[in-house]
Amino acid sequence: MVRVSFSELAKSYGSQQALKGVSLTVGAGELFGIIGPDGAGKTTLLRILASLLLPDSGSAQVCGYDVVRQYGEVRRRLGYMPGCFSLYQDLTVEENLQFFARLFGTTVQRNYDLIADIYGQLAPFKDRRAGKLSGGMKQKLALCCALVHRPEVLLLDEPTTGVDAVSRQEFWQMLDRITAQGITVVASTPYMDEAARCHRIALMQSGRFLLVDEPHQVAASFPFVMWGVRAAAMHRLLNDVRSLQGVQSAYSFGDSLHVTFAPSCGPGQLRSHLAQCGHTEVEIARVPPGVEDVFIYLDYEG
Amino acid sequence: MTTDSEPVIYTEGLTKRFGAFTAVRGISFAVERGEIFGFLGANGAGKTTAMRMLCGLSRPTAGIARVAGYDVARQPEQVKRCIGYMSQRFSLYGDLTVRENLKLYGGIYGMSRTHIRQKTAHVLQELRLDHEADKLVGDLPLGWKQKLAFSVAIFHEPQVVFLDEPTGGVDPLTRRRFWELIYGAAERGITVFVTTHYMDEAEYCDRVSIMVDGEIRALDTPRRLRQQFDAAGMDEVFRKLVRVRQAGA
Repeated sequence: MVRVSFSELAKSYGSQQALKGVSLTVGAGELFGIIGPDGAGKTTLLRILASLLLPDSGSAQVCGYDVVRQYGEVRRRLGYMPGCFSLYQDLTVEENLQFFARLFGTTVQRNYDLIADIYGQLAPFKDRRAGKLSGGMKQKLALCCALVHRPEVLLLDEPTTGVDAVSRQEFWQMLDRITAQGITVVASTPYMDEAARCHRIALMQSGRFLLVDEPHQVAASFPFVMWGVRAAAMHRLLNDVRSLQGVQSAYSFGDSLHVTFAPSCGPGQLRSHLAQCGHTEVEIARVPPGVEDVFIYLDYEG
Repeated sequence: MTTDSEPVIYTEGLTKRFGAFTAVRGISFAVERGEIFGFLGANGAGKTTAMRMLCGLSRPTAGIARVAGYDVARQPEQVKRCIGYMSQRFSLYGDLTVRENLKLYGGIYGMSRTHIRQKTAHVLQELRLDHEADKLVGDLPLGWKQKLAFSVAIFHEPQVVFLDEPTGGVDPLTRRRFWELIYGAAERGITVFVTTHYMDEAEYCDRVSIMVDGEIRALDTPRRLRQQFDAAGMDEVFRKLVRVRQAGA
C-alpha cells in the first residue's frame, strides 16, 4: 500500500533551485532514507511532504491525500520531527508529551504502547524541563512527541546529525521497531554509513535524486572493480597512488584507500609503482564498494 | 615558544568542575608537532569543555595544560595567538568577500599588510578561488566555505589548529578533499587537533583519544586501538568503549 508518493516536485527560493523535479513512492511499513549532504534539498522535500511548504510545481500525496489541497487530512496522519529541536523548552518532558497528544485529540495512555520502549528511557526525567535535557534525550523526546498521535507516516529531518556513533545506532534500532508496527518512516541523513539501516534509499544531491534503490543494490551498481590499498605510510600513499597513470580514482576510506583502475592498468602495476616510491607493508585486495563509493562516483560524474 | 622536542600540547591531570559536576576528570596526554590528533568521545563526554580549556577560553579547575609552550591558565592570551580554531558553524562573515575575510583575520592576528597580501594570493591560488576573491562568502557553495574557513583558521600560521567537527553535513568527496587540506597543513608542521562523529575519519588521524565520562579511556594509533579492542574498525572500538559505560550507568 502506498503511503507517500510524489511526482516531479520542484521548488525554488529566488534564483536558487532547491528541488529540481523529484519523484518517488514509499509503501506502508517502509523505512526510507534520503541520503545527501547539506544543501541537497532534503529539508525542502520533507517540509513539502509535511504540508509546511508549497511546491512550485509537481504534486505529493500522503496516505492518499494531497499535501496542498487536503493538508488537514495529511497533518492528522503525519508525525514530523524537524531538524532543529522544536519542543517547548519550558515545559517538562511529560507536559510536552501530553501537549502534543492533546493537540491531536488523543491521550498519551491510548497510544502508550507505541512509545513505551523509548519513553521508558525518559521516564526518570519526566519532571525535567525539555530545555535541560542532554542532546540524546531531547532527540528521544522529540520522537515520542512525533509518535504520540499514532501517525501512519513519520518524517524525520536529520534525526542523527551531531549525535555520536552509539546513540545513532540506538536511534536506528528504534526506527526498526516503529516500522515493524506498519508505520512508514522517511528519514534524511548526511551520514552515508546509515544507508544500510534503511529498506530503500535515495541518494540526493543538488535538488535531484541520483539513484533510488535498496542499499545493497545501490552498492552493487558501482560499475568498476574496487581495490583496497594500504601501506605503512598512509598519508603519503594517497598522492603516490594517484601519481600512477591508469589509476582512475583514489580516495581515503577509513583505514585504506579505495582505488579503481583504467582497463590498461591493475594492482600489479600499482604494487611495483609503490615499491619504487619506497612504500612498505603494501596490501592490495579487492573490496566490495559501498554506498559512499557510489555517491562519489555519481556526484562526480554528474 | 616551544622547542622542537617539547610537545605542542601537554596536559597533566587537567580537570574542570561546574559546581558538583565534573566535566573533565584529570586528563593527561601530549601531542607532538605536526601530528594529526583525533579527539573522540560520546555526546556529553567532556570534549568541548576540554577543548575550550586548551584554547584558553575556560580556566581549568585543577591540573595543567600547556599549548605551544604557554600555560592555558596563566597565559591564555599568548595561547590564543598561537592557535587557530574552526568549528562546524564557520566563523566567516557571509557579507564580506573572500579577500575581506582573509584581511580581517590577518589584521586581528596582527599580521602586516604585506604579509596579508602575500598570504592572500597564496591561499586563493591553493584553493583555486582566484576568480571568487571578490565574491561575498555567503554566496559560495558549502564545500568552498569550509575550505576557506580552514584556510582562515591557519592564515596566521598557528602552531596548532583546533577543528571542532569540521566536516559535518558535507558530501563525501568534499569531506575527503578537506582531509587532504588537513594532511597538507600537518606536513607543514601545523599540529591538528580534530573532533568528529565520522568514525572513518578517526582512521585518518595519527593518534586518537576516546573520552568517556570526562576521562580519556583509550589513546593510541587507530591500528593499535583496533588490535587492542579486537575490532574491525574505529566504529567498533568506539562502540565497545561507550557501551561499557552505558551498561555500567
